[in-house]
Amino acid sequence: MFIKRLPGFEHHAATSIPEALDLLTRYAGKAEVYAGGTDLLVAMKKREKIPEHLIDLKGIAEMRGIRSNDQKGIHIGSLTTLAELESSSVVKGKFAALWDAVNEMASPQIRTLGTIGGNLCGAVPSADTAPPLIALGASVKMVGPDGDRSVLVENFFKGPKESVLRKNELLKEVFIPNPAEFSSGSYVKLMRRNALDLALVGVAAYLRLDSNDKICKEARIALGAVAPTPIRVPQTEEVLAGRPIDITRAEEAGRVASQVCFPITDIRSTSGYRCSMVEVLTKRAVLEAHRRILGTR
Amino acid sequence: MKLVEITLKVNGIRYAVDVKPQRTLVEVLRETLGLTGTKKSCNEGECGACTVLMDGKPAASCLVLAIDAQGKEILTIEGLSQGENLHPIQRAFLKHGGIQCGFCTPGMVMSAKAFLDEHPTPTPTEIRKAISGNLCRCTGYQQIVDSIMGASHMMKRESR
Repeated sequence: MFIKRLPGFEHHAATSIPEALDLLTRYAGKAEVYAGGTDLLVAMKKREKIPEHLIDLKGIAEMRGIRSNDQKGIHIGSLTTLAELESSSVVKGKFAALWDAVNEMASPQIRTLGTIGGNLCGAVPSADTAPPLIALGASVKMVGPDGDRSVLVENFFKGPKESVLRKNELLKEVFIPNPAEFSSGSYVKLMRRNALDLALVGVAAYLRLDSNDKICKEARIALGAVAPTPIRVPQTEEVLAGRPIDITRAEEAGRVASQVCFPITDIRSTSGYRCSMVEVLTKRAVLEAHRRILGTR
Repeated sequence: MKLVEITLKVNGIRYAVDVKPQRTLVEVLRETLGLTGTKKSCNEGECGACTVLMDGKPAASCLVLAIDAQGKEILTIEGLSQGENLHPIQRAFLKHGGIQCGFCTPGMVMSAKAFLDEHPTPTPTEIRKAISGNLCRCTGYQQIVDSIMGASHMMKRESR
């Protein structure tokens, strides 16, 4: 299909959050918020979106970068690019499930541009950063004219391309609590090809073992692309928590996950295939997280 | 829409140009600055033909507003060779048959440059991942992987 040039718009380079919020209110209904641009500019070229005003957040320094300077966890500014996350040793070392996701998303020349905030705010069911963030217990901080509020990433999504972010709010940052001792995570993604594809199915796992590596004390499993939003699957977590992790246990978790997901059939795959793959990928994600915990000893 | 005056630094040269806000970097490079080495193909970030380096990192220039490219060091294929002296990556592409029709080549070479600058001794698997955002419909990719591998050897030899 021939892709057109961008339609005209007025460009506003915001340099602070208050300024951006002002612009959002002033041009309500006529503006789009612009961060990485990898989704928005494509939608504009296809004339799916024709905003009169573009509110450019790239100049807002306080929304950029990774800060891990407290005992609680890391704060990731929503303008942080996927490439910056990929090259962060903290993300790779402590938040492996998120690193797995950013390492496989899109392509190098898109990861340089695309942001974690944009991936979440787009709120597509296949957003790759969502399942790992849900499994890691992450939350997002939103700012609006009436102040700040935080919600768990788990509760951020409302439906395809819909989130709890209000029209007059910005997503400021993502917070991930430090993982407990004897824990690790993983994200496993199925695509039709090895790069540049949306997830057909994505599964993130977070496991915490007891100090003897015997019993799983806590499990969080999240699925992408198999429901109207990324979802957490507590039924699967119950299969794992309080028990030793082995291949049989991981297979059982996969079976339960495939029974609770409810994917659609579309051009990329059928619902039945996605369910079968949830079963396999959940098993793999659990075993990989388990392997990583043992590997760190 | 009113014109905005911007300054772009491309291949070490500063250009002051007046652009409409909706003009993308690839459009300004090709149509305003006449740097047509950078190709525009899918225009939605899937094909990699428009890849340039911004502060050393590969970026799809069809998804960057020219306004936002200000303050960055932009490197295009034109900035790689020194006069008639081709960059080792360009020579390796010639030597190993990494070029057929040539349309993907500028983007492919720029991706390779960004990658080799950070990974001077790559494996073939790492190379394939590095060029996963660049489509080529001629070579079947193997010659391109060979070219980048060859370039890494050449660059190491020449830096000694």
